[in-house]
Amino acid sequence: MQEKPKVTVTRTRRDSAAKEFSFTADSIPAGGLKDVRAKAWNAFTKFSMPINTDEAWRRTDLRFLPASDFKIPQEGAFEDLPVVPEYLLKPLTGEQHGGQITLLPGGSRVDLDPALVARGVIFTDIRTAEREHSELLNRLVGTVVKPEDGKFAALASALAGNGVLLYVPKNVKVETPLHSVLWGPGVDLAHFSHLIVYVEDGASVTYVHEAASPNETGHAMHAGIVEIHVGKDANLRFVELQSWGRHVWNFSHERAHVERGGNIDWIFGAVGSRLTKNFSDLDLAGEGAQGRMSGFYFTDGTQHLDHDTQQNHLAPHTTSDLLFKGALKGKSRSVWQGMIYVAPGAQKTDGYQANRNLVLDDQARADSIPGLEILADDVRCTHGATVGKLEKEPLFYLKSRGIPQADAERLVVEGFFDPIMQRIPFEGVRERFQQAIQDKLSA
Amino acid sequence: MSQLEIKNLHVSIEDKEILKGLSLTINQGEIHAIMGPNGTGKSTLAYTLMGHPNYKVTEGEIIFKGQNVLDLEPDERSRAGIFLAFQYPVAIPGVTVANFLRTALNARRRAANPEDKGMPILEFRKMLKEKMDMLKMDHAFAGRYLNDGFSGGEKKRAEILQMAALRPEIAILDETDSGLDIDALRIVSEGVNALAGPDLGVLVITHYQRLLNYIKPNFVHIMLDGRIVESGGADLALHLEEQGYDWVREKYEETAEA
Repeated sequence: MQEKPKVTVTRTRRDSAAKEFSFTADSIPAGGLKDVRAKAWNAFTKFSMPINTDEAWRRTDLRFLPASDFKIPQEGAFEDLPVVPEYLLKPLTGEQHGGQITLLPGGSRVDLDPALVARGVIFTDIRTAEREHSELLNRLVGTVVKPEDGKFAALASALAGNGVLLYVPKNVKVETPLHSVLWGPGVDLAHFSHLIVYVEDGASVTYVHEAASPNETGHAMHAGIVEIHVGKDANLRFVELQSWGRHVWNFSHERAHVERGGNIDWIFGAVGSRLTKNFSDLDLAGEGAQGRMSGFYFTDGTQHLDHDTQQNHLAPHTTSDLLFKGALKGKSRSVWQGMIYVAPGAQKTDGYQANRNLVLDDQARADSIPGLEILADDVRCTHGATVGKLEKEPLFYLKSRGIPQADAERLVVEGFFDPIMQRIPFEGVRERFQQAIQDKLSA
Repeated sequence: MSQLEIKNLHVSIEDKEILKGLSLTINQGEIHAIMGPNGTGKSTLAYTLMGHPNYKVTEGEIIFKGQNVLDLEPDERSRAGIFLAFQYPVAIPGVTVANFLRTALNARRRAANPEDKGMPILEFRKMLKEKMDMLKMDHAFAGRYLNDGFSGGEKKRAEILQMAALRPEIAILDETDSGLDIDALRIVSEGVNALAGPDLGVLVITHYQRLLNYIKPNFVHIMLDGRIVESGGADLALHLEEQGYDWVREKYEETAEA
């Protein structure tokens, strides 16, 4: 007699779901944030792995994330790993840095102009901050991005041994830009980072943060938090660049909280990673607060980049202006999902969002999902989303002037990105994007 | 001497034959005009000479300076010295006139010498200003996105500016007069005349005679149904102006049907 066939459906489903992380509470670093981390860990244990029935994760699939393989780099792990390339340490804005931090697997290097130290500016890595600025750090941490915001936010909040604390005291104008690099080489490693940027009332600063790693065979991951506070009439220019290796699963929760009359100019550049899921929220919390978000992305191969943006107008007379532009090659995919929210009473709000995509190959795909939720009646909100292809006629026109096919394509793509370049006041950042366009097109 | 020789050219778009055995020879230093009613294949000839991928040459030859043009990509044709002023110039958003022209000029230099470092920026700017002055263009034009939001007159002037900068040996002007008011027509024509000379052969494609009041052709050809049916001197254009195309149609369409 034949045995009854086994019912395997349940098991198949379980196999195709993402594995869980194997981190334990023992993975929590000791130090000044001990209590905060313990709470975050507690929040983490309550989240299950996101699946595509969760609205925010509908278009980004984590089933192949080998979560259980990832380990936290040991102290000093960077010594046996590829070193950070020189070009990442060069200034992208202006002639020289006011300070630079290099975050490495299991270590960091910090350098800050003594003149800025004397003016009360704090720009240091998170471990040093835990030792030397524990009280301040505990007051600021978790006020803008909370562990409850998501599984990866909770994880990074609990486990991030790497990170930056940037604190600019009231009315201090930092003239020279600050720069940090998160260098995450190695496979089967989980890199965590936590950036805390606190610009007090009337202060101003330019800060560039870059996350990168070489391409390696295998898997690695990064989960990061960026929490930003821009005080009353304060000014922050924040540039973040992402060129993770093709093997990196990259997650980040970012939010900027802008007070009355404050202003943030926020620039994103994303060309790396195997998969990225990024949440970037702009909270315009005080009257007259302004925020501009400019995004550049270029994917190729099988890359998958998912940017989820939120422009929250929580007070009257607030202005937001978002433009994300991306080009896609190969079988890559991008997702941009944006929302402008206007709270009740946030009158005279001016919100703008636009996402433009240029799909260079038939098998690449861009999803663009704008959204508005307006609960005030005297506002101006506009949005637009486009997905276009490289047209034949412009290429023929350029070729008819003696420009070879490859250069003609590059010109059209550069032209497509020009509106983003126009929004970037830093030559070095523009050059980096131009280089990325060249590299991606010739790849 | 550069010579463009078109021999028995047959061209189809999506299996529909448009050019049906067209022959024409243009020498450097000569100005030819092709006139003809709409839909007779004039623009097809222009696009085919430049190598537009939608136009399939099914028979015949195009020889330029002894070289078979049909083997060349559009960019190679351009670098060989062929220029097409488009009837409908294409907008390239985000690419300035100056950046575009510099890229085009440097492509020429690099094709000639792979080691070339490109035209020095000052030399380029000086050249561009001279050409813009010739065409009575504001220098701010160089910083605008190519054909993006240009008026009809600005587009045509930009075409002639490109021609002036790229210095072709054979220039095809496809309905360059369309959409121009009389002042713009004069400026564009003066530009073409300034460039004309022993080193340039010109093929003017036009529906109307009025452009030929400004650019004096040595030869005028009448095109009908994919062929050149009449050739003559400048007076042929005047004859067309007075008589229209009906006599041509009667003469040749009846013969074709007979």
